[in-house]
Amino acid sequence: MSGNVGIVIVSHSPDVARGTADMVRQMVGSEVPLGWCGGDPGGGLGTNVEAILAAIQAAWSEQGVAVLVDLGGAETNSEMAIEMLPEIRRGRVVVCNAPIVEGAVMAATEAASGAPLDAVRRTAEELTPG
Amino acid sequence: MTVDSNTTRALIETVARRVIASAGELTDLDRAIGDGDHGINMQRGFEAVLAQLDQLAVQGLGNALKGVGTTLVLKVGGASGPLYGTLFMALGKALPDEVTREQLADALALAVDAVKARGKSDIGQKTMLDVLGPVLAVLRDGGDDLPSRLRATAAAAASATVPMKAIRGRASFLGERSIGHMDPGARSSALMVEAVADVMEGRG
Repeated sequence: MSGNVGIVIVSHSPDVARGTADMVRQMVGSEVPLGWCGGDPGGGLGTNVEAILAAIQAAWSEQGVAVLVDLGGAETNSEMAIEMLPEIRRGRVVVCNAPIVEGAVMAATEAASGAPLDAVRRTAEELTPG
Repeated sequence: MTVDSNTTRALIETVARRVIASAGELTDLDRAIGDGDHGINMQRGFEAVLAQLDQLAVQGLGNALKGVGTTLVLKVGGASGPLYGTLFMALGKALPDEVTREQLADALALAVDAVKARGKSDIGQKTMLDVLGPVLAVLRDGGDDLPSRLRATAAAAASATVPMKAIRGRASFLGERSIGHMDPGARSSALMVEAVADVMEGRG
């Protein structure tokens, strides 16, 4: 299992993050390390650097981790979280420019095949027009 | 000038209290063109800062500002957490305890660049940078009555975001409809600059 790239889902809404994670699990079972989080530090809609760090930890793989985000704050907070990782891990986590639900499912499917982080990211980002 | 622990404390506390006191106004501004959480998010972050004030104030200006930044990153949420967190962390990293106006301007310039990189944004896009940029220019030039000119510049620059069209952040989804509202991040930045100017004049 630790041989596959991990997937992290970061939404403003815990319900969206959990639901997206459920769809990923249905596709790939437990072959892919998976982490998710949603909500701000006060429990409202938003994102939260500490929770993102915990989700990256939960989905950690030596092959790297692909992060799928929804709206702007999720991207900014994910980039902040990545910078706060230990240096040895920092370069092995990428934020994908892809729609969160479709991107997570496609990235996880690719990751389950044993594909490297670059390929997982590319598969998710093919969903983004232009 | 040397920024001692009393001044460090006054700076952090005044900035925090002003932002908290204006949480309702910031949320109203954000409700018009964003997701309506700027005030409550900033309030949560700065309340966490106030809770650490005793420890922060004795660390020296640079380390104290870094501590403020880290707390904002972890507690604010939204995009403003990493943006303001980056601003304070970059300021803290660049500032010695004994600081000249030139060093302050150099530190703010580095911090503004760090915020630009974090937000993938620039001046003219209806963001906090539209206040920080003009404030930096005034600080760089120096001269008489600096606090009152910093205060006036920040207020005018925040007002100048009203007719701008948002390019970055949630407000950009509104396109033309973002015109006619003050940017909430510009307003919160202006509040912080006003607070710092007041402390410089001994009115914290």
